[in-house]
Amino acid sequence: MSAPASVAPRGVARGERVGDGLDAVMRVVEAPMAALQRLIGVARMPYIFILPNMVLFTIFVFVPVGLAIAYAFTGGTNLLIWDRPYVGLENFKALLDCGNYLEPSTCRYNLFWTAVHNTWWYTLLNTLGTLFFALMTALVLNRLTWGRGFFRAVFFYPVLLSPVVVGLVWQWFLAREGLLNGFLTEWFDTRIIFLLEVGWSRAWVVYVSIWFHMGFYMLIILAGLQAIPRDIYEAAQIDGTSQWRQFWCLTLPLLMPNLLVVTVLLLIRSVQVFDEAWVLTNGGGPGTANTFIVQFIYQTAFSPDLRLYGLASAASVLMGIGLLILTLSQLWLAKKAEV
Amino acid sequence: MIAFLTRTRQRGRMDLTDWLAWGWAILGTLVVAIPVTWAVISSLKTEAEINSFPPALVPRAAQTITVEGQAKPLSVWVRKAPDGSEQTVALVRRIGLSATVVDPAKPAETFRVPVSELSQLKEFHLQWSNYTEPLKQFNFLRYLWNTVFVTVVATALTLFLNSLTAFALSKYRFAGRSAVFALILSTMMIPLSVIMVPAFMVIVGLNLADNLWGVILSTVSTPTGVFLLRQYMLTIPDDLIEAARVDAASEFRIYWRIVLPLCAPALAVLAIFSVIWRWNDFLWPLIVLSSPDNYTLQIGLNSLQGQFNVQWHYILAMTVVTLLPVTVVFLFLQKYITEGVASSGVK
Repeated sequence: MSAPASVAPRGVARGERVGDGLDAVMRVVEAPMAALQRLIGVARMPYIFILPNMVLFTIFVFVPVGLAIAYAFTGGTNLLIWDRPYVGLENFKALLDCGNYLEPSTCRYNLFWTAVHNTWWYTLLNTLGTLFFALMTALVLNRLTWGRGFFRAVFFYPVLLSPVVVGLVWQWFLAREGLLNGFLTEWFDTRIIFLLEVGWSRAWVVYVSIWFHMGFYMLIILAGLQAIPRDIYEAAQIDGTSQWRQFWCLTLPLLMPNLLVVTVLLLIRSVQVFDEAWVLTNGGGPGTANTFIVQFIYQTAFSPDLRLYGLASAASVLMGIGLLILTLSQLWLAKKAEV
Repeated sequence: MIAFLTRTRQRGRMDLTDWLAWGWAILGTLVVAIPVTWAVISSLKTEAEINSFPPALVPRAAQTITVEGQAKPLSVWVRKAPDGSEQTVALVRRIGLSATVVDPAKPAETFRVPVSELSQLKEFHLQWSNYTEPLKQFNFLRYLWNTVFVTVVATALTLFLNSLTAFALSKYRFAGRSAVFALILSTMMIPLSVIMVPAFMVIVGLNLADNLWGVILSTVSTPTGVFLLRQYMLTIPDDLIEAARVDAASEFRIYWRIVLPLCAPALAVLAIFSVIWRWNDFLWPLIVLSSPDNYTLQIGLNSLQGQFNVQWHYILAMTVVTLLPVTVVFLFLQKYITEGVASSGVK
């Protein structure tokens, strides 16, 4: 009855070869699926449809989440969980063993606390910086009477680049022989090896992150701006409200829910900084000036001479708890914004 | 002139804020464009040029000339003699502070001059071999192929499996439907950086370590994909599906022949995103792939940077190759991409 390959109607104007190839593949899938349907009934088919995805989610997300917590309570350097001895809270104790949390050198794992400190400063500066530039750019684009589409595309473009490309492009720009040093030599007769100086390299990591991701947040804020009805401003203009007051008393309050969501999203992403900073600074340098938490986890787990999976997982769990708090507050804010 | 141009606009004259807005937009464009443009320009320079400082703004190369009686082509220099006269010469060899040069017009006579009197003549030159050499030398073609394979296969599977799930979630009522949907959405909250270690153990357990399928399979199911497609499918009227059932079409056939074609716009958005995600993936392939034969472009590029002592002319050329497809996709589809991001908030 249902749909053997031979009676499949020829598609409407489906001349393309890709389409034909897909059709051929699907005809092979269609017959067993129809047979299965006769066997188990229509009502059970949706379970078949969600099955492959759920299997993949289970294997690659749900099982690892459970295991992450299990790993954090085990020690040794074996990867497979059943070969690992239970050590209780040992990993957490080791990570949190600190004379003074504000001074990483007093901690047992001072690299972890250096990473925590670096991540904290990065998160603060990156969130504030991105928020400022994204908001300003969105306001500017919202104001432009023409060319908006062009500029929106320009500012969004870096978002689509890969972290490796961004890291390398900027490493070259800031290099000893780079363009920036060319100008510095020309105008001020000095050269700065930006990425080998602690202060400069930290500033550039934040700057490059803003450059990289700003367009994404700008788009969200811009969408929020365009959702504000125009007649409010017209009414304000009739009342003779200055532009400055319009911004503080109308735009900003109306945009607030939007900005809060963006801020939490920024915090969540900033805490997980790794890729572009790692490439830009050649692995977190100079020294450990740009080593962040994710890099600590990655190195602790996968450096051939460390392989401390338990310790890395304990750090993951600690970071995960922080992220969970941020995510829940985001959901809460998003819900509040909807009402 | 400006007053004339702006008078026609409804809002009236350009005031200070308008000027500032334009200034911001143009300055921002330069900030975005300059580093990328600089990388593209530099990727076309010769090795000697790329290491010379201060850098030249256009790719150049030393001018060369073949001189009778000399085996190799010689570089061309301008000699400024102490008496102020200038002469074009070809450099034969250079020892310390003095150089042996020859006048191309009189190839028989070589003579020695101090290096300080010479300055090199350069001409506009694009070093395309920066792009072709890495293909032969560094497995670059292999990386490219691996990336294309991962991107294409993962995107095809993403579209197929996620739309199948979205179909079930939007067009059927079944026990546990909302629980399944909530469960899928909850995976958005679990970033890779938190489950890095156990996820790698799973990969090792499945014998997929250092295997491209290990990269593909774990990225196929995306909560954003399911969400995007489900929301779109909800707008498809159920009558169409009922009509097909009356015609005795199987459920899978309804999905394949009716729902999927109607979802083309949403599928297109997801396809664009998936291609960009997979092309740019870094941390997960870095963990899974260990032998250079299996590297993707991003991992290969990152490893080359440390491997051979900063050969920037090759690295930059490969960087440009890596950013080119994304740039082309964006040029043609920027409207769909920016609108897709703005409406769904995914990246």
